[in-house]
Amino acid sequence: MDLTLKIWRQENRTAKGRFETYLVRGISPDSSFFEMLDVLNQQLVDKFEMPVCFDHDCREGICGACGLYINGRPHGPDSAVTTCQLHMRKFKDGDTITIEPWRAKPFPIIRDLVVDRTAFDKIIEAGGYISVNTGGVPDGNAIPIPKKNADVAMDAASCIGCGACVAACKNASAMLFVSAKVSQYAMLPQGKVEAKERVKKMIAEMDELGFGNCTNTGACEAECPKEISLSHIARLNRELYAAKIL
Amino acid sequence: MRTLFSSSVGKKLIMSLAGLFLITFLVVHLGINLLLFMDSTEPFNIAAHFMATNLVIKVFEIVLFGIFFLHMIYGLILSVQNMLARPVGYRKANHSQKSFFSKYMFHTAIILLIFLGLHLLDFYIKSKFLGGADTIIIDGEEYHDLATLVIERFQIGWVVIIYVIALFGLGFHLHHGFQSAFQTLGLNHPVYTPIIKFLGVLYSIVVTLGFMAIPVLIYFLK
Repeated sequence: MDLTLKIWRQENRTAKGRFETYLVRGISPDSSFFEMLDVLNQQLVDKFEMPVCFDHDCREGICGACGLYINGRPHGPDSAVTTCQLHMRKFKDGDTITIEPWRAKPFPIIRDLVVDRTAFDKIIEAGGYISVNTGGVPDGNAIPIPKKNADVAMDAASCIGCGACVAACKNASAMLFVSAKVSQYAMLPQGKVEAKERVKKMIAEMDELGFGNCTNTGACEAECPKEISLSHIARLNRELYAAKIL
Repeated sequence: MRTLFSSSVGKKLIMSLAGLFLITFLVVHLGINLLLFMDSTEPFNIAAHFMATNLVIKVFEIVLFGIFFLHMIYGLILSVQNMLARPVGYRKANHSQKSFFSKYMFHTAIILLIFLGLHLLDFYIKSKFLGGADTIIIDGEEYHDLATLVIERFQIGWVVIIYVIALFGLGFHLHHGFQSAFQTLGLNHPVYTPIIKFLGVLYSIVVTLGFMAIPVLIYFLK
């Protein structure tokens, strides 16, 4: 496959970025999107040019490090996959592919396609944990948890914090991420102890960091590589009302 | 409670509750408007008179203006925050699959605000403060002849066109707003949410066509 790539290049946080156009030839349709970018970077290195910076770690779709905004969609044209699990067979020979970094005020660009997602860590630090003393390893089924609740908590816990929800949202809202992190604890007895404080603090931190407000467009749910559902956002709302009013 | 409404979710709660109130109001409004299609103008004039003079309704009128104002102000605050959350946009337009009408809530809100100004000036202010409606006697009591005012207004082609365009804006706004209000309230359920979404679509179509029928049919029939 021969492809034209339009890629956002930016030297550092403060530099004015620009789009650069590159040509890559002979890409296998079975290669991953990152393998294609590796080919491009090898070309650039061979010409003594700076390679394109992008975040990646496991390349197995489970770490949440990668994330590119490809042709107007976070993680590209495939559904329920991270960028590293996107394959070139999803594109056609001769295609022009526009690659941009996540765009949101709380996600400043560090370089090229790499953004600083410390904002998500700050939200977690605000309350996305359990600090009750749980003692030693408990007996397997000492605390009975309904299967339904365990399933919902597990679905929420599959969030890898990649930031695609923020990138997809027209308002750059982090509600899907925060709702997943609140839901995974809200459904379990160990998490209920601090549930009220958690939801209040995490939403306050999310607002403080400058994320936008959810308008229930559903773009986040459509782009989430882990298919986190909007129902978690409804639960987040319920949790906050309960914490503030009751 | 104060801190609830200063949070993003709290502001949205206000938006959704106010929106649901306005959704309910539109049903009452449409119900009275449809009286215009009765053979005589009397039922409409009596209903309009009741709405303008009944003490409970008068209190609700103030509540309605207040709630509309809240919906507008909070919508504006949230929208400005949303725009600030992404100072540099994408080159390639967003292709994420999402509810189509949700993209244009702010745009349709602007259309509706301008329309509401015109609409209030047209009937509410004209009849209440400018003496735009003649007085008629029904069963020995004085009534404003609002029906004639409405019918005369909708003889003008461009007025009808403005109303029809604005009502499309209303339909678009309600299409997303109805189901969105329930999601914000935290009501999301595998069985009931699809029903709510269906009712929202049905509501927005019925209300839009219902309101549209009034200027259009008056223009062509009366």
